[in-house]
Amino acid sequence: MRERRLTARPVGLDSGQLLLICAAGMLTVAGIAHTAAEGLTDPRVAIGFGVLIAAGELARLTMPGNREVAPISTAASLGYALLLDVGGRPAQHSALQVVAVMSVGMIAGGLPHLAVGRPPRLDALARRLLAGSLLAFAYRPLTGPLGELARDTADRHGNWWPALGVMAVLVTVMLAADVVIAAMHRAGQVRTAFGVAVRDEIRMAAPLGAAVGASGILLALASHSMDMTALPAFAAPLLVTQVAFRKYAGIRATYLQTVRALSRVTEVGGYVEPGHSRRVSQLSVAIGRELGMAEPQLLELEYAALMHDIGQLSLRDPIPGGATVLADPAQARRIAELGAEVIRKTGVLHGVAEIVRRQCDTLGESPPMASRVIKAANAYDDLVSGSTDRDRAAAALERLRLDGGSAYDPGVVEAMTRVVDRLVLVTRL
Amino acid sequence: MRELPWPARVYFVALVGTAGLVIARGLLVHQGLVAEDWSALLVLALLFLLCESVPTLLNVPHVAVSVSFSAALAAVVLVGPEGAALVGLAAVVSVRPGLPMVKRLFNGAQYALCGYAAGWAYESAGGRADLPEPADFPGILVPYAAATVVFVAVNFALTAVILRLASAVHKDQVSLRAMVQFLSSYVGFATFGLLIAALWSTVQSISALLVLLPLFVARWALGHYHAEQRAYDATIAALCQAVETKDYYTRGHCTRVSAASSMIAEEIGMGTERLRAIRYAGMLHDVGKLGVPTKVLQKDGRLTEEEYAAIQLHPMRGLEIVRGIDFLDEAFAGIMHHHERHDGKGYPMGLAGSEIPEFARIIAVADAFDSMTSDRSYRKAKSIEFAVAELRKNAGTQFAPDMVCAFVKALDRYGWDLAQPVPVPPDDSAVETTVKDHDDPTTPIQVVSER
Repeated sequence: MRERRLTARPVGLDSGQLLLICAAGMLTVAGIAHTAAEGLTDPRVAIGFGVLIAAGELARLTMPGNREVAPISTAASLGYALLLDVGGRPAQHSALQVVAVMSVGMIAGGLPHLAVGRPPRLDALARRLLAGSLLAFAYRPLTGPLGELARDTADRHGNWWPALGVMAVLVTVMLAADVVIAAMHRAGQVRTAFGVAVRDEIRMAAPLGAAVGASGILLALASHSMDMTALPAFAAPLLVTQVAFRKYAGIRATYLQTVRALSRVTEVGGYVEPGHSRRVSQLSVAIGRELGMAEPQLLELEYAALMHDIGQLSLRDPIPGGATVLADPAQARRIAELGAEVIRKTGVLHGVAEIVRRQCDTLGESPPMASRVIKAANAYDDLVSGSTDRDRAAAALERLRLDGGSAYDPGVVEAMTRVVDRLVLVTRL
Repeated sequence: MRELPWPARVYFVALVGTAGLVIARGLLVHQGLVAEDWSALLVLALLFLLCESVPTLLNVPHVAVSVSFSAALAAVVLVGPEGAALVGLAAVVSVRPGLPMVKRLFNGAQYALCGYAAGWAYESAGGRADLPEPADFPGILVPYAAATVVFVAVNFALTAVILRLASAVHKDQVSLRAMVQFLSSYVGFATFGLLIAALWSTVQSISALLVLLPLFVARWALGHYHAEQRAYDATIAALCQAVETKDYYTRGHCTRVSAASSMIAEEIGMGTERLRAIRYAGMLHDVGKLGVPTKVLQKDGRLTEEEYAAIQLHPMRGLEIVRGIDFLDEAFAGIMHHHERHDGKGYPMGLAGSEIPEFARIIAVADAFDSMTSDRSYRKAKSIEFAVAELRKNAGTQFAPDMVCAFVKALDRYGWDLAQPVPVPPDDSAVETTVKDHDDPTTPIQVVSER
């Protein structure tokens, strides 16, 4: 039961998310109402872009860290918001029409997913809509002067540079705003520090954001000379990007699942108690977040925590109960060494191997932070062994704190206390 | 140059000569290149060079297609045949250290001819070499497609001839799948070229950046994907080996079963995705063995039914462990049923014949084969011939006959890396040996009947 509580994301939406979704909902209603009242300007273009947005939503994907993205949809929204003219005819649609086309496209593209039981992440959807709308509201009023410059008849082909500059600046600002919203949301959701969350989001969003932004501008400009042929043609470079990212996200997810699954061999072999590796890894990641670790470090920490007992496979007989905190230190060190040896054989997870190897080090040997976290989390789980009893948790924490001076890092134990308190609070509620 | 056979040398000289003539004639006779064209050419040539220097932008196996193709096609539209030839010529100075001058010259001449031919095709089909106007679309697609087809065809022909002449090796049959992938990537690259050309009238050289940025991001992501994939394979192998360290004699078993399983799967023509899955299924098929108490595996003589039941449980234990890995899907059935027998006397479910999932039938054969051909504590490794004979003998009772057949064929074709002979473990070492191998069909586990 406890395990479930540790993993479960807050099922309800927090207030920030609700605000986001309400804002997006109101925008949608306003956009659709306005467009219905005024009539659709240039319906052919609107439908073309709407279809592209829907197709992009259909092909949405989940990036590492459970982030839902829809690159083609976002790029098409940007393109529609930035449109100056289509085949030489000025594009005169309003910002509210952009909102309406985006919302209808997103809803249409989300329906097939919904039909097979994969509801969209409402907050991610709302973020995409809001980002596109912000851009539209900022840019649409400028289309008049920019369009005149671009179609200036004095020059044979007009002057497109001011338009390009404005587009680039606004898209950058929009992407930055999106990152900040995403980071705020993430900081609330997984309780990580805001600064760390911003850096994590930038690391994740920068490459894809650059590709999407460039494609959006490309689409807006290509529509001038290529007319509607631009829509299918533009999809080609972005489709390649999308395929590459889908593969990347897929292997990342599989990797994590596999390490999580195979870490259970120690349980099946009777070396540790059922659920031990999983609990230690969850507790470790929570502590790591509390200590302000960034996502790449957290991933290493999680792998190391999942595999911290893998060295036991090389033992002749399982230690009774698998309680390594009670085993003699020399043997614990040997297990750590053997485990690191196994992980080093992968040839890639050197950082993880090092963390596992030094998980028994005392503070005097100044082990890496991740090793200290695993040592404390492991000891805690050995003492409590998955029980949800508050007194037992308090006793275990007390014991670690008493040892804190020499064996366990006091800072780590402090962070663990906060994490465990929070969990106990959740349990009580 | 000297090591080439004389027909190849003649061909090479002819090719370079023709390319030189074409370019010289284009420049002298037409004199159609104005300053604006030259600046466009310079940018496109730089783009061509950049792309030519990173040839595997998209990983298509067998063929190194590069985006440089898009730059040449953009030149066809913007400047015309001479321009495309000049852009192609830039391949001579591509930044690929270690590429011999002969190859550089060949590439340059070859691409120049391709570009010229494509430009000719473009104009013959009614295209006009100039900045595209809105009115040109979508009509321009016809001559552009013609240019693309001619470029690819000439490129393919010129390269195929030199390959045939230079090495006289027959190229492996390129599979249909690779061909489709190859063609679709060409269509994709052609689209990029059209985009670059179409955007030229608005933002000139920036258009190349806008088109290529998503591609470079894709390259970055693909690079990470391949790195992660390699890391993943290494990790899964290391973890499976860690499970095997329990038993001194079965080390390396999982990797060999994985290899043999994919040999069979390839022989019966499985698709890429399923091949990938069976590779992992073979690797993971025995992870549940850790759940069998060591004393059962080390017991001399007959087992009680209860002890045998513990052995029979291991496929289910394995399944229980790997169930959290989404993509395996079909592999689950393979892991769970790899000890079913064709005659229905296997475990855990007693399925028979075609009821047994295909993956399980494959793994059963691979598993038994590797068990027989590696050392055990109670016997030395058997020869491949013996193991094959044993597989044949038991085809139809223990093994699926078609899988045995496929495996024998694959063995004939690719051979087999035998397991390394295992030195007898020193007595004082802490290694464990078992006296039972549940995979070994030559020494079936004896069970005491309690009835």
